[in-house]
Amino acid sequence: MANNRRKHPRPGLVLEVDRTTPPTLFHHGENFKLEKLPPGRSRIIYPAEPLPGMVNPNQAIRDALENPLGDSPPLSALLFSGMKLTIAFDDISLPLPPMRKPDIRQRVIEAVLDTAAAAGVDDVHLIAALALHRRMTEAELRHAVGDRVYDAFSPSGAIYNHDAEDPEGMVSIGTTPHGEEVQINKRAAESDLIVYVNINLVSMDGGWKSTATGLSGYTALRHHHNPQTMVKSKSFMDQENSELHKSNWRQGKVLKDSGIKVFQIETTVNNNTFGYDGPLAMLQKREWEWTLKDRALFLGMQGGIKRMSTQARRKAFMGWESPYEITSVQAGEVEAVHKQTTENVYKQHLVKVDGQTDVLTMGLPYICPYNVNSVMNPILVACLGLGYFFNMYKGKPLVKKGGVVIMTHPTPWEFHPVHHPSYIDFFDRVLSETTDAVEMSQKYEKAFAEDEWYRHLYRTSYAYHGVHPFYMWYWCSHALEHLSQVIIVGGQPEAVRRMGFRPASTIQDALEIASDTVGFSPSITHYHSPPILMADVT
Amino acid sequence: MIKESLEGKKIAITGATGFLGTALVELLLREVKDVQLRLLIRPAGRRSAQKRLERDIFRNDAFKTLKDNLGESTFEAMVKSQIEAISADISKPNLDLDEDGIKEISNCDVIIHSAAAVSFDEPLDRAAEVNLMGPVRLVETLKELNASPHVVMVSTCYVAGNRKGKAPEKPLSQSPFYVPLNWREETEAARRTRAYTEDDSRRSENLEKFRTEAKEELGAPGISVIASKTEQIRERWVKEKMVEAGRERATSLGFPDAYAFTKAMAEQAVQEIRGNIPLSIVRPSIIESSWQAPTPGWIRGFRMAEPIILNFGRGTLKEFPGIPEGIIDIIPVDLVASAIVAAASQTPPKETQIFQVASGACNPIRIGILADYVHDYFGKFPILDEKNQPITPSKWEFPGRGRVVTQLTRAKRLLKITERTLHKLPIRGTSAMIVADLEERRNELDKAMEYITLYGKYVECEAIYDVTNLLSLWEKITDTDRQAFPFDPRIINWEKYVYDIHLPTVVTQGRVKTSPTSTSVDSRYSRLRKQVLDPKRQLAVFDLENTLIASNVVASWGYLATKRLSPSERARVIAKTLLEAPNMLAMDRRDRTDFLRNFYRKYEGAPIAQIDEDSLDMFNEFILNKSFPSAIRRVREHRTLGHRTLLITGALDFVVQPLKPLFDEILAPSLSHEGENYSGKMSQVPPIGETRAAVLREYAENHEIDLSESVAYADSTSDLPMLEAVGFPVAVNPETKLATLARRRGWLVENFQPISGSPKKILPLGTSKES
Repeated sequence: MANNRRKHPRPGLVLEVDRTTPPTLFHHGENFKLEKLPPGRSRIIYPAEPLPGMVNPNQAIRDALENPLGDSPPLSALLFSGMKLTIAFDDISLPLPPMRKPDIRQRVIEAVLDTAAAAGVDDVHLIAALALHRRMTEAELRHAVGDRVYDAFSPSGAIYNHDAEDPEGMVSIGTTPHGEEVQINKRAAESDLIVYVNINLVSMDGGWKSTATGLSGYTALRHHHNPQTMVKSKSFMDQENSELHKSNWRQGKVLKDSGIKVFQIETTVNNNTFGYDGPLAMLQKREWEWTLKDRALFLGMQGGIKRMSTQARRKAFMGWESPYEITSVQAGEVEAVHKQTTENVYKQHLVKVDGQTDVLTMGLPYICPYNVNSVMNPILVACLGLGYFFNMYKGKPLVKKGGVVIMTHPTPWEFHPVHHPSYIDFFDRVLSETTDAVEMSQKYEKAFAEDEWYRHLYRTSYAYHGVHPFYMWYWCSHALEHLSQVIIVGGQPEAVRRMGFRPASTIQDALEIASDTVGFSPSITHYHSPPILMADVT
Repeated sequence: MIKESLEGKKIAITGATGFLGTALVELLLREVKDVQLRLLIRPAGRRSAQKRLERDIFRNDAFKTLKDNLGESTFEAMVKSQIEAISADISKPNLDLDEDGIKEISNCDVIIHSAAAVSFDEPLDRAAEVNLMGPVRLVETLKELNASPHVVMVSTCYVAGNRKGKAPEKPLSQSPFYVPLNWREETEAARRTRAYTEDDSRRSENLEKFRTEAKEELGAPGISVIASKTEQIRERWVKEKMVEAGRERATSLGFPDAYAFTKAMAEQAVQEIRGNIPLSIVRPSIIESSWQAPTPGWIRGFRMAEPIILNFGRGTLKEFPGIPEGIIDIIPVDLVASAIVAAASQTPPKETQIFQVASGACNPIRIGILADYVHDYFGKFPILDEKNQPITPSKWEFPGRGRVVTQLTRAKRLLKITERTLHKLPIRGTSAMIVADLEERRNELDKAMEYITLYGKYVECEAIYDVTNLLSLWEKITDTDRQAFPFDPRIINWEKYVYDIHLPTVVTQGRVKTSPTSTSVDSRYSRLRKQVLDPKRQLAVFDLENTLIASNVVASWGYLATKRLSPSERARVIAKTLLEAPNMLAMDRRDRTDFLRNFYRKYEGAPIAQIDEDSLDMFNEFILNKSFPSAIRRVREHRTLGHRTLLITGALDFVVQPLKPLFDEILAPSLSHEGENYSGKMSQVPPIGETRAAVLREYAENHEIDLSESVAYADSTSDLPMLEAVGFPVAVNPETKLATLARRRGWLVENFQPISGSPKKILPLGTSKES
């Protein structure tokens, strides 16, 4: 057991594929594929092995609260009796997959509440900062903050989901010099202090994005959640070069200047997504290092998956909780904290890659930030591949301009009726007419954003906001502008074509289709994730 | 001679809207100069005689050649100056003529009587009223008017009855097969049979039988729908009994069917009462598509042989009754029309003159030969099946009528049993459509069998119809007349006729598939869908259960009743509900309103605040999860198109409350209150069955909506009144009964499904903590 965990974990790796390379693992929704990549011109980027976790995270959290970064006093010095305190925390979209109990949010919130109690603070609200995401269910909230916190705050209604469509619950703070409106949750705005509890799973998260986006609404978000901004974010995972982040930072400054006080607590986790041992351990190992047991387990798992009903399979996959370990905790002033956090994220994720590729392949897993306990619909497939995975780079994109992305996912024409109602209409009505992000934003975005039915479902049910599918599509803007073709292997053909992509039944077919634009012997790079990796392309 | 003698004459024709009548009008107009035609036409419904003249006669393609040759305007002028429609009904006293009509009739030179009830499934009394009493009334009217035009009566060769040997062109009384018939008594008897059958159909055990049948077919759509269906079934039953009575009476006297039987009586009756009115009788055999004029293969309506031929081509019929060396006596329509005109042109005879127009005596076609032609034809020009594959015709072996009928009966019985069994299964959607297919197949077999039974009698009738009179008339006429009025049966080349003329016509008229097309179910549905989603529609009304969500009132109650219970209490509720299930289901099948009324009692004493709160949870955890995304999408599409959207449901208002923003309006029953609690009694009649249709009509009226421009979505026959109330009904995941109806009526059928992996519990249970 213990020998699976390395004291000195190996960094990420770029493997040149040769004849001896065993078949490579591709995630394929709620299944997996093993694929042979052409030797001699293919390479595989492997993520770094999990960094060691903190031995005593609770102590580390307390230390961070009392030794803040930047020009912030310690948390205890910011708390006083009679104050209004709002603790906002990241929603169900983080981390992915959800982590095993206790969740970091629970640890941090408990520490913050202890400190607050010691200072005699009794007006405390806990808000899931979900912006336009779906509301979290009671079970999900309990998982995030722990039963003890939930049971203490729930009876008085002091723990709840952010509601960006509550006309009474939102306030406008002002406008940035760029004309971007700034909006925030009213309770948060009226608080003497906002403590934001974040999980910085990828480098996009955190910083001002936590409050300026998480506690905001459509009025403010539309200023950076749009095709123009996304095309200029190269990539949105790289804050230095992300227009999305610049806009958020500008909005953050308006918040700060208006006198809103934020005490930011950011945390990072390691790459231990599938465990050092256990049934999925092989998924974070390199194929040629799979033991006999790993192979047997993998085959058994594939056989089992085949026999399962859709319902059972979905339940099994969604039931997986990752045994992440906490690698760092930073607290204090937003920007100082986030600088440190980003460094820690990069430590785990960055892999040096030399030069771009003609064809980028990726195996898309069963989960993305927007389908926890839900269905990964075609739009989310596009968003995970072309939004998230494609943008996991610093410097240059992994794939050359005019190159091809080949991703594997079953891409069923299926939408969760509770979580994604506006996606259904978006797919049927908008995408059937145009796949152009700018055109759809002008023609349809407002109508979806202001639709009464979607608003009703967002506020009272568990639906993503009406405008959300547009954002998912905008997330792909940079990739769509950069690439010549997108091919989905194993995808439902009608669904794939609806999005303007090409369906293929095998990787070989996909490469054949790709040859139209990249010729018959393109260079190929496989992005071997999850666990998460970010390519530092030179 | 013919042309000259009829030139400028005034000729009245009955039955001009029929197959033979139309051919007559065309022939006379084309070949006889300045002929004056008076067409006695029965107004049909709101359509006057004049209107029927325009629509039912002159729009027929029989006149196409004439119009083309003359030019549209000359033709119009000709019609205007030479033809007049006279409103008349031969089944009424004095033919229901008005004064002008009487005047026109009394100065006619010739009256051609070709009106008849030719359908093989004519009820006895109707056949008697039309075929027998029709000509009697005509002659009596003429006598009253003191008019004596030359009456040419169209009869049939089969008045000779089902006998073997030669049938002469003589009055029946002089025929060797003569059976004295008392036509007055037979008419009275037919009328009495009708009265008796009507009485019989109203006997309580029969009415009960009809009602059961109606319920079996429709389920529980409410009293008025069942009532009108029951009445429909009763009327059908009476008709069937009367048809059977006609067939039986005809058979007992040696006739193949009621048509031949009543015609035989008519010949005798008219001869008996005609006084000094000159009479000619023309007896054609089986009239089929034309040989040459107006165009080769012209036919109007579907005749007897066509369905058999088509079923053979389609492969549904593998055998044919009859013997290969038997003669099938068919005669093209233009020859019959010519013979009639020729007969009419003769100097009115003192004695009744009779002409038989038949091919059997002078130019016979044998069944074996016909079968070979048909077989060859469909071998060369096959009909295609739904997958565009050619259907290979089978070779007839002439096993005799009995065996063919047995084969068909067996196939039909099997289908019926399968259909019955499937009807009892709780299947919906695609699988239910299979039952609809079965019904279609069974109907096809039904039809084929009826034709076989009837046609078999004609085929097995081995009489040879003498045509001596006809041929001697042919010898008398000039070449010009022969050109204009060809009626010599010897001119028919049977191979050419069957192969090049008749079968192509049958295939075209039957609209069967002979070239590969994609007229699949899908393309038909997409056409219907386009109509449903036309911006012109005004209202889209939806049912809830199994239309928008895969759930029902029992499930909702199960959720709400158990939400706050401990596990053991919950188990008790499940057990109790399951025990009650059979009773509840039976009640639901009988009357949905009663069922709901009864079932909603379970809410008695339920705290209002708690139920309202839990309903929202139920909506999120249960109802939305079991919803059909495409159905909700459809509601949204209708709204986008600017249609008003309405949900009418028997589910309680608090259950559907969260759906409010999806629709423009929701109509749902509510429970009355007793203090803080629900009473378990509904405050109004729930919108179910006919109440639903009534509620919809009222709604449409209040909002000035045209229901014929509206769409309704529902899943069960209990929603039939609502579906029938709108112009564009859609059956959603229909159960077998509705699937069958939808197929029959050509409604759009949609299969809306919940996503795979949605919860599939029989009785959903509310939990206070979602896991």
